[in-house]
Amino acid sequence: MKQGIPRYLPAFLAMLLGTSLIVRGVFAADETKAPEPAKAEAPAAALAPPDAKAAEPAPKLPSYFTVTSDDPKKPPAWPDPTGAASGTWATPAGDAKGDIPEKLSIQDVYDRMVHNLYSINYVWMLICGFLVMFMQAGFMLVETALCRAKNAAHTSAMNLMIYPLGCLAFWVYGFAIGWGNWWNGPVPPGWYPSLGPGLSALNEGWGLGAAVDAAGKATGAFTYGLIGLKGWFLTGTVGDVGVMALFFFMMVFMDTTATIPTGAMAERWAWKNFCLFGLWVALPYCIYANWVWGGGWLAQGGVNWGLGHGAVDFAGSGVVHSMGGAIALAGAMIIGPRIGKYDSQGHPKAMPGHDVPLVCLGTFILAFGWFGFNPGSTLAGTDLRISYVVVNTMLAGIVAAIASMVTLMLKGLKPDPTMCCNGMLAGLVAITAPCAFVDPWAAAVIGLVAGWLVVEAVFFWEKRGIDDPVGAISVHGVNGLWGVISVGIFATGQYGAGWNGVVRDEMVKLYGSDGVRGLLYGDFSQFIMQLIDAGTVAIFGFVMAYVWFKISDAITPLRVSKETEIEGLDGPEMGVLGYPDFQLHTGQKLVE
Amino acid sequence: MKMVEAIVKPFKLDEVKEALTKAGVQGMTVEEVKGFGRQKGHTELYRGAEYSVDFLPKVKIQVLVADDSAAKVVEAITDSAKTGKIGDGKIFVTHIEEVIRIRTGEKGPDAI
Repeated sequence: MKQGIPRYLPAFLAMLLGTSLIVRGVFAADETKAPEPAKAEAPAAALAPPDAKAAEPAPKLPSYFTVTSDDPKKPPAWPDPTGAASGTWATPAGDAKGDIPEKLSIQDVYDRMVHNLYSINYVWMLICGFLVMFMQAGFMLVETALCRAKNAAHTSAMNLMIYPLGCLAFWVYGFAIGWGNWWNGPVPPGWYPSLGPGLSALNEGWGLGAAVDAAGKATGAFTYGLIGLKGWFLTGTVGDVGVMALFFFMMVFMDTTATIPTGAMAERWAWKNFCLFGLWVALPYCIYANWVWGGGWLAQGGVNWGLGHGAVDFAGSGVVHSMGGAIALAGAMIIGPRIGKYDSQGHPKAMPGHDVPLVCLGTFILAFGWFGFNPGSTLAGTDLRISYVVVNTMLAGIVAAIASMVTLMLKGLKPDPTMCCNGMLAGLVAITAPCAFVDPWAAAVIGLVAGWLVVEAVFFWEKRGIDDPVGAISVHGVNGLWGVISVGIFATGQYGAGWNGVVRDEMVKLYGSDGVRGLLYGDFSQFIMQLIDAGTVAIFGFVMAYVWFKISDAITPLRVSKETEIEGLDGPEMGVLGYPDFQLHTGQKLVE
Repeated sequence: MKMVEAIVKPFKLDEVKEALTKAGVQGMTVEEVKGFGRQKGHTELYRGAEYSVDFLPKVKIQVLVADDSAAKVVEAITDSAKTGKIGDGKIFVTHIEEVIRIRTGEKGPDAI
């Protein structure tokens, strides 16, 4: 094994940087063209927003889009637990006009059109959420198959039960902390939520610098939002179809984070301690998610500090993957390497996984699920940018898989399929933050770096005595940070106008609109903000997890006994064997 | 009576079985085993860590024969299992004290 920095690294980086600059130069012509007028660029906007600088006052909106009511005697249509406020949902149901086009007024047609608009958004989000939920199966297969057969029942069980435990915690307190004050986050003028104004119910939280209106009354917004405080158990006035859709979608994302540490700590984690973890993991996840997605202080970095559009993380390289990786790192450090992993000189010994085909199957399931993870984060099926998101996602994944394979071969190693799987996943992780904001060529570059980075990272952690059987820290932690940073490099400015409430005059003058823009396209401040975002998730996630694992270890031990670990966790911890019909034990020496 | 045990390369199993049948053997027991002699294994690298594959898969064939057939059976196995390359295996011949057929209770050479 080569020690130290690979010799080809400086040349490789120089080539990468050079290629990026050359390609940027080639496409510089595109930048001088003002982009098309924003159709649905603001986060989850449902309509083209009226021009905020128009001299005349904005037109009065119909009740489909507002929280107020025209008639003081009638309550506002939203929050709406039935969806009726979004327009007529069936024709000709009870309404004969549905059958006779000549009898329809323009108001009737508009009513049905608005409803279709909302329907597309809801169906899209929910189906994408179903795909993300299915990723749990992918994680389960990848992790179980990369570990030994004697631990198959236990590893599978962790990945199975993290879904119910995590979901429970999210319902009880996580959603409230993360999104309880979502409505008071920074948005550009003229922004409308794609899921309806019922989300206005998410309007209670806490932070520093409470904003007050002209009468001195608190508006619910904060200069530095820290935490949400509404929606515990989904009770209170949050009974709304849009809130439910957002809850579901955000929940399956949290589950992805929750399942990442189970890989890094597999084959050693005592079941009771794991269950406590399952109920706790919503805490760091949702606090950090509030800061980036729930309108908190990282998202507000644009309006507060003039740093780009604040922290930009489209589908969660930072929120989901870096957080999972940071927790995994803390857990793997504290739980210690598996017995027999390192010999008496500290050299790592291989512990091959027991089913390579299942690793590949699991990887495909994850890659498939990512087609819900990334494009679903538009929160709107009507936002046609989803096609860019899908192509970027696909390109990053495939280029990364090839990059991993080539990296192995350049090191004189054989093309280990499990590492190629890690490579594809690393590319998908890295593109998760920038997927909506970059050009396809940049997605390929991001994937290229990710594929190489994950291989180096796997060797890096292993050399340092951190035993991560599945590469979770390298795939999710390291490449999540790369994804967050890459937004600040490659974002083109074509999408995301007004993101996190930032509309800068000088940008509008230069480019026609103020989209999310990286340093290669003229906004270095976005890169700085992404670095702050990356640093925050790494430190916050790691420290929170480190403290938690130490505390929980005092409540019930984190690691199983030596005898249990050598026998295999299936029988002693779970009461069943993963493969009772087979003789499972290798003759591998297990000295500590 | 003699027990002839042969450890051979797995892909030679069919050939050995046919040779034994031609030599008049009417039954055998086969096990999948692992082992090494002077052949030794090889080293792989799995995710950066060394991984020695010392034990190689082999097949063990056990055949019960009358004393005077032992030499013929050993020759049949040797001819069919040999590749000339390292790792071809070994044959052990041991004396068997008693044999019983479970279904009928027959003993001795009648039970072979």
